[in-house]
Amino acid sequence: MSTHTLSVLVENKPGVLARVAGLFSRRGFNIESLAVGPTEHADVSRMTIVVAVDELPLEQVTKQLNKLVNVIKIVELDPQVSVQRELLLVKVRADATVRTQVLETVQLFRAKVVDVSPEALTVEATGTEDKLEALLRMLEPYGVREMVQSGRVAIGRGPRSITATGVR
Amino acid sequence: MTSATQRPTPAAATPGPRPAGPRPKPAPPTGTPVRVTGAQSLVRSLEAVGVEVVFGIPGGTILPAYDPLLDSTKVRHVLVRHEQGAGHAATGYAQATGKVGVCMATSGPGATNLVTPLADANMDSVPVVAITGQQSRALIGTDAFQEADICGITLPVTKHNFLVTDPVDIPRTIAEAFHIASTGRPGPVLVDIPKDVLQETTSFSWPPEMRLPGYKPTTRPHGKQVREAAKLITAAKRPVFYVGGGVLKAEASAELRELVELTGIPVVTTLMAKGAFPDSHRQHLGMPGMHGAVAAVAAMQRSDLLIALGARFDDRVTGQLSTFAPDAAIVHADIDPAEISKNRRADVPIVGDCKEIIAELIAAVRTELADGGKQADLAKWWQQLDSWRDTFPLGYDWPDDGALSPQYVIERIGKIAGPDAVYTAGVGQHQMWAAQFIKYENPATWLNSGGLGTMGYAVPAAMGAKFGQPDKVVWAIDGDGCFQMTNQELATCAIEGAPIKVAVINNGNLGMVRQWQNLFYSERYSQTDLGTHKHRIPDFTLLAEALGCAGLRCESKEDVDTVIQRAMEINDRPVVIDFVVGKDAQVWPMVAAGTGNDEIMAARGIRPLFDED
Repeated sequence: MSTHTLSVLVENKPGVLARVAGLFSRRGFNIESLAVGPTEHADVSRMTIVVAVDELPLEQVTKQLNKLVNVIKIVELDPQVSVQRELLLVKVRADATVRTQVLETVQLFRAKVVDVSPEALTVEATGTEDKLEALLRMLEPYGVREMVQSGRVAIGRGPRSITATGVR
Repeated sequence: MTSATQRPTPAAATPGPRPAGPRPKPAPPTGTPVRVTGAQSLVRSLEAVGVEVVFGIPGGTILPAYDPLLDSTKVRHVLVRHEQGAGHAATGYAQATGKVGVCMATSGPGATNLVTPLADANMDSVPVVAITGQQSRALIGTDAFQEADICGITLPVTKHNFLVTDPVDIPRTIAEAFHIASTGRPGPVLVDIPKDVLQETTSFSWPPEMRLPGYKPTTRPHGKQVREAAKLITAAKRPVFYVGGGVLKAEASAELRELVELTGIPVVTTLMAKGAFPDSHRQHLGMPGMHGAVAAVAAMQRSDLLIALGARFDDRVTGQLSTFAPDAAIVHADIDPAEISKNRRADVPIVGDCKEIIAELIAAVRTELADGGKQADLAKWWQQLDSWRDTFPLGYDWPDDGALSPQYVIERIGKIAGPDAVYTAGVGQHQMWAAQFIKYENPATWLNSGGLGTMGYAVPAAMGAKFGQPDKVVWAIDGDGCFQMTNQELATCAIEGAPIKVAVINNGNLGMVRQWQNLFYSERYSQTDLGTHKHRIPDFTLLAEALGCAGLRCESKEDVDTVIQRAMEINDRPVVIDFVVGKDAQVWPMVAAGTGNDEIMAARGIRPLFDED
């Protein structure tokens, strides 16, 4: 099995997320990550779906997705020629004794401190799955009190746009 | 997220036929908006897309729609007895006519009763539009009386569904629903309309502009793929046309016959495709699959090329997939790209409408032959096929206990009613016998629940077919188990004037389940005796009379023809014949579930392909 990142352009209508999610579950495919947001067209939303499947089931996934009336377009993004990012917010224990070390780690990863309190720091980091995992490994010894992570979003490199054609 | 709304504007795209003839009220010029209620807008939209019959039951939230329906001279409403009956009637109507079938129900239980027929239509790709009432917008999500999230519930069993939240969207939504239901791979579409949306004043104009940016079915096949297929077709030594229901949906029977006769290749037609190619044709080997003819199953197993036309390699056809047609290259033509290579990898995939694909295949084969190519010699192949056909023809034994043979009854109905009649069936032994022993010569004469296997389909589907084809004789071949699920629609038939004929193949048992218990569960008959023999409860003739039908009974071979003739003569009301048949008759041939098609048994213990090797 390998991981694939699908960019799915859908009509911005109620219930579309349920249609997509329902399709995955009833056909027995697992969603590893899912992110939904607006696009430059008001009536089009974009879903970034990460699935772990083999080549043939992937073909089934995209064909079945394409059958949904509200799905406009599907593009698989190759990690080599696309930018793929996730967002992590993590609350780390950092009292006066370890604060400097925690801040050093944060800087190494080009992450940001977005909230401070006497016993903890909240860190914001964006990056690939690997980078965020590495950051978390470094922070874990200090004590992760809470964390939240977004689904992956991705966009192709270069001047071409997947929303330029087929959306209207 | 917000709902995209747009006022309908005149456009060239008109789904379905435009109505002809006088309107009940003088109509404004096309495209000019007029002030109406949402309910009036709905009824006018249904008229505009050419709806002739709606099967349904009114209730609280759909009530506003039933008021203008009373005034419509174009749309006839048939008041059924259960919403499931409305759904199957819409399906039967659609399958018998090729038009979109329409059913209507209220919110909550009315809508949930439509779930089974919608799932049924979805599996068999039947164009159906269901219109349901919904609680008023302000009450949605509050667990209001008779509220059910029918869009959520039917999401996995419809091709698409809509919740209308603004009355101005009604014409566009109806146009889109009929367009989606009837184009591409057909299927059911549900339109859920809140009560206050039906009551509000809005504007109506026709035709509306459809907005379906994500819906573009491919109908024209790819020329290169077609040429590739033609090469394989002319070169193959053991080819078989594997014809599915898609050929009927595409109304491509004439084209199919031309291609088959041009190439001399044998044909098998699946349960969903009976009638797409004449059963009497020399090149027809019969039905493949679990209860298929030995020649049809064996031909596929030994073939070097399967040309699948509008078929989907269903498990009931392939048996164990890993041992299905091991030496065959696959040409797979279907309008739904997701079917291609879903179960069996296609060597030549062709996406498109079967009518266009077959027409282009004919041209491509002709070109191939004209360019000095030659149709491979199939004489040896036909020798083998004929030998299977002659050695293992479809047949049946008379029960040892002297009881009436169900196969004989069904065979006689087919002979007496003939190939111009329409036949529907429930699900089980009687369905398989009706597929095996009635000879189908024409499209749209065999309607059954193939994919979902819905017991109770026969009577309401026959009712729908009769409304769609009032001049045809319509026979429902039903089992005593199936019949007890939906026979209340006979009251509808009697009152609304649908004189269908029902043959209850009454073996007193859930016959197919009993057959499996006999074969695979050591003859332990758990919960399959319905008591219809032992106690004669219900008495089907009395039940028929109570429902306004003629009730007849037949218990011996000598009476079979006479009783069928009597039924054929009664045309002022529906007829039910209680055929009391033996309970031990079994459906043969059979490929046991989970085994490979090579293990097909022509009858108990006889394995033609197994013994041959």
